[in-house]
Amino acid sequence: MSSAQKTPVLLVEEDPSGVLIGTFQLNRVVDEEVVQRLSEELAALAATGRKVILNFSKVEYLSSSVLGKLINFQRRLKEHGGELRLCCIHPSIYEIFEITRLNTLFDIYRTEEEALEMF
Amino acid sequence: MCSSSGGEETLVLTSSDPKTLRQFLEAVLERCKTSGFSENDIFAIRLCYEEAVANALIHGNRRDPTKKVTVRCQFGPDWIRLRIEDEGEGFDPATVPDPTAPENLTRPSGRGLLLMRHYMEVTVHPPGNIVELLRRKSSSDLDRRH
Repeated sequence: MSSAQKTPVLLVEEDPSGVLIGTFQLNRVVDEEVVQRLSEELAALAATGRKVILNFSKVEYLSSSVLGKLINFQRRLKEHGGELRLCCIHPSIYEIFEITRLNTLFDIYRTEEEALEMF
Repeated sequence: MCSSSGGEETLVLTSSDPKTLRQFLEAVLERCKTSGFSENDIFAIRLCYEEAVANALIHGNRRDPTKKVTVRCQFGPDWIRLRIEDEGEGFDPATVPDPTAPENLTRPSGRGLLLMRHYMEVTVHPPGNIVELLRRKSSSDLDRRH
């Protein structure tokens, strides 16, 4: 098993207010195997039904398949009573959200603090 | 494989292995950097290559490891052209639903072609198993050279 396979895609920490913050640990979320691992981690996170922030500060590249995983994640999280916010998205990555109009589907904030305040 | 004629250089790879196809991408991007493509260009080329190759492997060849993807990368004075060919049946781009339409916004897939069209000039050759992507150097780079 390579070191990349051992590394979780998301580091999930709990804020004192109870919000779960999942920070992407990789700068490239592209490989099919990594996207599959992300999907499994998001499924576990969705089942918590908590308020969740996904922090993209380290992400420099992602594939369109990741967008699909995020869409499914938001839907499942809501089904479990949770809420999702995204934050710290690099301009080049945010452009992908704009092109696909997914910036209208997700609540996106410039900083983690702003995302926390809006819960 | 690498060939050069008339000031244009061509790199070609045929493989069914995603890792080999990614290594080829890194070689292409290195060539882009030395040719003066901007960071924005390189972001666009990487994104479009990844999307096109993923489509070829997953939708074109249907993950069949006996089927190959051929990538031909041609460098001109101020442009790059990628030609990605799979061994599948092809697709009609006119039948791909608009993923930005409100009724399609929550679909989990179908955004790759939209992104490729945003960042590069896209031509799909019939029967739809060959996608050609063209990117010209950003104008800011051309301005800088003059």
